[in-house]
Amino acid sequence: MKLHYDFHIHSCLSPCGDSDMTPNNIVNFAKLMGYDAIALTDHNTALNCPAVAKIAEKNGITFIPGMELCTSEEVHIVCLFYTLEDALSFSDYVKSTMPPIKNKPSVFGEQLICDENDNVIGQEETLLVTASGISTERVVKKVQEYNGICYPAHIDRSSFSILSNLGVIDEYFGFKCAEIFDITKEDELKQKHPYLNQLKILSDSDAHYLENMRLPQQTVDVAENTVKAILDYLNC
Amino acid sequence: MTVKELQKKLNLQYICNEGLAEEKEVTGCYCGDLLSWVMSKATDGDAWLTVMGNVTSIGVAVLTEVACIILTENAPADADAIKRAEENDVVILGTEKNAYQVAVEISKLI
Repeated sequence: MKLHYDFHIHSCLSPCGDSDMTPNNIVNFAKLMGYDAIALTDHNTALNCPAVAKIAEKNGITFIPGMELCTSEEVHIVCLFYTLEDALSFSDYVKSTMPPIKNKPSVFGEQLICDENDNVIGQEETLLVTASGISTERVVKKVQEYNGICYPAHIDRSSFSILSNLGVIDEYFGFKCAEIFDITKEDELKQKHPYLNQLKILSDSDAHYLENMRLPQQTVDVAENTVKAILDYLNC
Repeated sequence: MTVKELQKKLNLQYICNEGLAEEKEVTGCYCGDLLSWVMSKATDGDAWLTVMGNVTSIGVAVLTEVACIILTENAPADADAIKRAEENDVVILGTEKNAYQVAVEISKLI
């Protein structure tokens, strides 16, 4: 079955994410737009995933707990997990590798942790938009240790992408998928980097504001609409 | 030396906040493009030489209290970055020279 997906969405916990990106707004907006499956991928944290998971379950939308990891070379990687527990354990690990720089909300934005009623139950004090201690060459194996899968984010962007920062993408990294933000660039990128022909190409919104969430365009063809079926597909 | 004096001597182009260049004092120089690294290494008063003209760079400049950002090799500044720099009083300059060339000149001046 073909599922409309968006596996790269930020909440109000990402400093650059709008305060309107609350768990309920994200899920309800995604449902309204007709998505079958979404993931939450805040920068270097999964702490808003429990709230989104509860709301998604009530609304009958498949939810994949995730994170947009910043590697030590500042390459952004979408990480997706089979369970909330795995995502949260990975989140703890990532935090232990980050520099203890405090967020300055007036400059970077607030980092709000919410419950399932959109109540703010805490603020992440460590600045989340810094590099973790995980290198890009180790990321696939590291995420596998937490039963997750991962792929390089917005490879067509001029910053924080594997192509802008490292210049290449090849089998060495072990990725099975890659994300292109502007899918019209797919052919051009494949010509320049033929290895992309061997990967599944995904396109997500990377929404930081509700208005960045776009109408469903891309689909994945999976056996059934479950987290397991989706991640098994992305991982094969 | 002020950012304004540095701009004149190195013939840098203003990208934003020209009006603040006279009050910002340059006491050092730092070169780096890996933002997390710069965040923990650059010090206040540095002229920061980089090719990273995105919105996070502005956050790094505010956090480290560098005197200015100098975008080398004609690296562009995003519209969002310029807006954020204006809001946070960050002076951005540009040059066609590379970081090495600019740093060498700065070392002769301070």
